[in-house]
Amino acid sequence: MADPLRQLHAAHELDDDPDGSGQRRFDELIATDSRIEPSDWMPAAYRKTLVRQISQHANSEIIGMQPEGNWITRAPSLKRKAILMAKVQDEAGHGLYLYSAAQTLGTDRDTMFENLITGKAKYSSIFNYTTPTWADMGSIGWLVDGAAICNQVPLCRASYGPYGRAMVRICKEESFHQRQGFEILLELMRGTPAQQQMAQESVNRWYAPALMMFGPPDADSPNSQQSMAWKIKRFSNDELRQRFVDMLVPQAEILGVTLPDPDLKWNEERGHYDFGELDWAEFTEVLAGRGPANAIRVSRRRTAHENGEWVRAAARAYADKQSADGQSADRQTNQAPAHEWMAS
Amino acid sequence: MSGHSNRAISTALTPESIRQTITETDAGADDAVARYALGLGDDALVLAQRLGEWVTNAPELEEDVALANIGLDLLGHARSLLTYAGSAWGQSEDDLAYFRDEAQFTNRQLFEQPNGDFAQTIARQLIASAYFIGLYRELSASADPLLAGIAAKALKEVDYHLDHSEQWLLRLGHGTAESHRRMQRGLDAMWVFVDELFTDDAIPGDEDAAPLAGIAVAPSSLRAGFDALVPRLITQAGLTVPTAPSARGGGRQGSHTEYLGPILAEMQVLARAHPGASW
Ligand SMILES: [Fe+2]
Ligand SMILES: [Fe+2]
Repeated sequence: MADPLRQLHAAHELDDDPDGSGQRRFDELIATDSRIEPSDWMPAAYRKTLVRQISQHANSEIIGMQPEGNWITRAPSLKRKAILMAKVQDEAGHGLYLYSAAQTLGTDRDTMFENLITGKAKYSSIFNYTTPTWADMGSIGWLVDGAAICNQVPLCRASYGPYGRAMVRICKEESFHQRQGFEILLELMRGTPAQQQMAQESVNRWYAPALMMFGPPDADSPNSQQSMAWKIKRFSNDELRQRFVDMLVPQAEILGVTLPDPDLKWNEERGHYDFGELDWAEFTEVLAGRGPANAIRVSRRRTAHENGEWVRAAARAYADKQSADGQSADRQTNQAPAHEWMAS
Repeated sequence: MSGHSNRAISTALTPESIRQTITETDAGADDAVARYALGLGDDALVLAQRLGEWVTNAPELEEDVALANIGLDLLGHARSLLTYAGSAWGQSEDDLAYFRDEAQFTNRQLFEQPNGDFAQTIARQLIASAYFIGLYRELSASADPLLAGIAAKALKEVDYHLDHSEQWLLRLGHGTAESHRRMQRGLDAMWVFVDELFTDDAIPGDEDAAPLAGIAVAPSSLRAGFDALVPRLITQAGLTVPTAPSARGGGRQGSHTEYLGPILAEMQVLARAHPGASW
């Protein structure tokens, strides 16, 4: 094999686990559905897969703040404004928990964040779509958070402990988000003709991209099998997508919106809804950076980060001065740096 | 308006529960109390709107969270106060927030000032939070039980807000030469709006002050507490207490700087495009 990094990792793994006892214990933990913890030996590829998945997930939460952040200042009622602000704040919190989970694998937050704002790291393509109307706050909650829940509930049992535990916390909040999105759409569908039209038009735009959030069809998803063997992933992309569609149809009926798929119909034999082919060419286009907002999403966070550099520098300088003075006796508690606000 | 039982009041902490309490006890605000509550509600609403602008733009994720948190608390105060105010006139919090024009907004001018850089936001928040602490501490003893209940809940929250501003004031004041310069500039820019916060003629419709005695807090009575606290914090941060002349004020009478109009245009645009709709 030509890849020198790969060879290095393989060699390192042997060094790490010369008698193979680490691997045996790892296999046993996986086989018995137990949790792998940060101090346990784990294969380098398992670690790498997790870091990639968790940091992508964190990045998605962070970038995902933007399409909804777009409506905070314009929310049409104060109650909706409060709910939306709390939601976007929750997403920032999710990003932070997930960064912490990834850090337990030895990758530091600054590196992950740097990869995000320099466009090297991936995040969920769904957030490259734009939110031209208020109804998009409903569609994102109902469809995007809804798809996220289908994806993430099984991750609460992911074999890596810190990831699974972060997901438990996150999933609770995501289910609020989905309900709130559903309520936004319900209110619109019970409203004026203009509001109903706004809701339907928005669902038309978000439905297919939300279905594509589960990733390519199983046949085209080479990494999935290893992740399933490692019990990071519990269900295939297509299984999750089916579960999502089955969940949406009755909810769409309650809302009174039409899901934009002429092939959508109940299949008695399968006990599931059949649905039409998705436009994977569009998915690939958006993934390749040609979505409606790819460039804006990354540059916005980068701009915020760059504009904030002097603030973080001040916090670091202050913390350094404080620790230099640290031994001097009567420092007031209210002058101690508040670590939760410090740049990491 | 003083007919609420204590039990009803102890739960009257959210806009929804306030609306319910008012309905159940059939005890809306009278006009003068409502106008007082409206001024306080407008202060909180306009500042919350400003803080909402930071979300996704903050210097670090923790600050996206912290500024949104502060904004959310203030939005909660605004909703409670506007709900109570609106009870005098048969109007909802949203009628008041979305369907009044600039001249009808009675917030003091500090709250509509732009975010500027992070230091200016911290300067504005420091002044605001120190003012709110004094205000809500006094107001929690108001003879009006609903105002007292709203204030008691708000007090705990603004206490945390001050702590946040204070920490950043120290960091920016002592951090680097650049942060020091920016923090001082932020304080200088915001300080001109301090006097207005403590101007008594700012209680609308209450020129002789008697009807709201024991209910409203006279702004001038809060000045000493502010002066005992904020200049000391500024000095501790190695910064200079500004001495710039104060702005003309008049926010309570509907006079605003040029910043309020665009805030309202943005905030109200969707609601006004669909009058009568519910969301
Ligand atoms: Fe999330
Ligand atoms: Fe969410």
